[in-house]
Amino acid sequence: MNDMRVAEARMQQQTDTKISARGVQVHYGDKHALKDVNVDILDKTVTAFIGPSGCGKSTFLRCINRMNDTIDICRVAGRIALDGEDIYDRRVDPVQLRARVGMVFQKPNPFPKSIYDNVAYGPRIHGLARNRAELDEIVEKSLRGAALWNEVKDRLNDPGTGLSGGQQQRLCIARAVATQPEVLLMDEPCSALDPIATGQIEELIDQLRTEFSLVIVTHSMQQAARVSQKTAFFHLGNLVEYGSTEDIFTNPRDPRTESYISGRIG
Amino acid sequence: MPVSWTLLIVLALAGAGYLLTRMRAVAMAGGDTRKLHSRPGHYGWNAALLTALPAILLIAVWRFVQPAAGTALISMVALALAAAGLAFALIRTSPSFRARNAVEGMVKGLLIACASIAIITTAGIVLSMLFETGQFFRQYPWTEFFFGTTWSPKFGGGSQLGMLPLLWGTLYISLIALLVAVPIGLFAAIYMSEYASMRMRGVVKPLIEVLAGIPTIVYGLFAMITVGPLLRDWFSQPLGLGASASSVMTAGLVMGVMLIPFVSSLSDDIINAVPQSLRDGALGLGSTPSETIRKVVLPAALPGIVGAVLLAASRAIGETMIVVLGAGASARMGLNPFEAMTTITVKIVSQLTGDTDFAAPETLVAFALGLTLFTVTLGLNIVALYVVRKYREQYE
Repeated sequence: MNDMRVAEARMQQQTDTKISARGVQVHYGDKHALKDVNVDILDKTVTAFIGPSGCGKSTFLRCINRMNDTIDICRVAGRIALDGEDIYDRRVDPVQLRARVGMVFQKPNPFPKSIYDNVAYGPRIHGLARNRAELDEIVEKSLRGAALWNEVKDRLNDPGTGLSGGQQQRLCIARAVATQPEVLLMDEPCSALDPIATGQIEELIDQLRTEFSLVIVTHSMQQAARVSQKTAFFHLGNLVEYGSTEDIFTNPRDPRTESYISGRIG
Repeated sequence: MPVSWTLLIVLALAGAGYLLTRMRAVAMAGGDTRKLHSRPGHYGWNAALLTALPAILLIAVWRFVQPAAGTALISMVALALAAAGLAFALIRTSPSFRARNAVEGMVKGLLIACASIAIITTAGIVLSMLFETGQFFRQYPWTEFFFGTTWSPKFGGGSQLGMLPLLWGTLYISLIALLVAVPIGLFAAIYMSEYASMRMRGVVKPLIEVLAGIPTIVYGLFAMITVGPLLRDWFSQPLGLGASASSVMTAGLVMGVMLIPFVSSLSDDIINAVPQSLRDGALGLGSTPSETIRKVVLPAALPGIVGAVLLAASRAIGETMIVVLGAGASARMGLNPFEAMTTITVKIVSQLTGDTDFAAPETLVAFALGLTLFTVTLGLNIVALYVVRKYREQYE
């Protein structure tokens, strides 16, 4: 197991940087929420953001697809690049960006539409399917990708809100996957779920890693250790330490990281 | 002795009862209020309520059932009842008496009584309308009332009292009003809840709601002296559609303006109630704000919006003043929106004003019209409530 992790970590180091953040500062009104964050997120890798509540990990996540634009009082400074291109450049359309950088939220939020329409939402607004058959195919593929197909294939026209919590969250993942993103951001995707549903989502995250880069914010350190290859520890708006998950959990360099993972702070 | 004096005395007795019982309770506990089951004030309130409520209730019921009864007798019985209540409360007061629970029970009864008054009143209105309508139909055939296409009441015999022209006018004017109010109100609500900044919203929302505070007679004046002549001079005369300043269009437009705040304010609340997580979800998939609104927020809010529209419709149907001043008073069935027409409410007023004989069908027809109107708006309200309730459950 350990050997596998090490081998995997070595393999990951050779992959490309997908997102690179330099000197990112975020203010909510007078509150300095994120201070000078520098980080390189790799392609086809699961990166976990951990840290106590209010440490800025979700804030940083929402910077990556510019969801913070929807909050009036939020100001973002610094540079975040996706494939080397600054996403806060004025020429970048945040709407297009969010199609490339999908997001799954803390609470499952299926639209009050049928299961099919939920998954077809992204492909429809972005014109990814030329006809109904292609759309059907995307929907099926996405639902299979989210390990939900077998449970819902006979009731695609039922409302998505009628599913159980874990199924709803997988539906939301399928919905995000259907848009064919390059990066998938997940903001505490399992915090509203029971352990069995959590296990299914974690398995899913591991599978999705072959297709694109995933960033997951989590409160559970066990979860970070289980699903991620890279871990970033945030504390009081600072990115304290970033490295391979293995190193962060077995050999943290910063005393604050060590205190947090051993349960002394947070 | 007038009843108001009796009432004052009862209230004074209740006040005295409060103070007496409270003191008695404290005295019985030997000054240590911790020994009492309830706070001293509860003992006082128990006495005050027991003194005042039965006596006041007695006066109210007696006056209602037998208005001619002598006030002296009523006063005496009421005062006796109040005194008995006070005495009863005083006797019951002891440290172990659960005054707090007793007061709770009486307050609950009071609340139930208030809620019942609204329901009883509605039932009373319907019953009185039914009674008068029954009298009307004994004098005038119901088929001609419901299906007659001519409205020409003549006191003295030979009236034709078909309600279809009035119903048509009502629906036509309401339709135009809704065509004005629904899109404008809805779009205003969308702007306020989805696009406007907090500061903008703080300015715009109260300004729109000012419209709701304008009395309808003022809207009527506006319709009569501004909108009507404007429409006549710029549209109906140049287009050769009529020469009347009073028209369906005038009343409809102005009524539409009146309904804008109604629609916008209800829709705004409903749109705001759509969870933010749905908007985040849609935006996170790369929707533009307008796609988010059209494809996610509005479908989720639709049942509530339909409810708001139906409520606005029932207000439009019941509106009188704007129609009197804007659309005229001639009962007519036609398609030309620049002609004068009239509505059920206007005719109810005109049949009942002036020197009227309350036994003639020309007068009694007002009650039949009123009942028809009541049925229509009640039906709309029920449908609105049903729609709102049925679909609200689906997305929570």
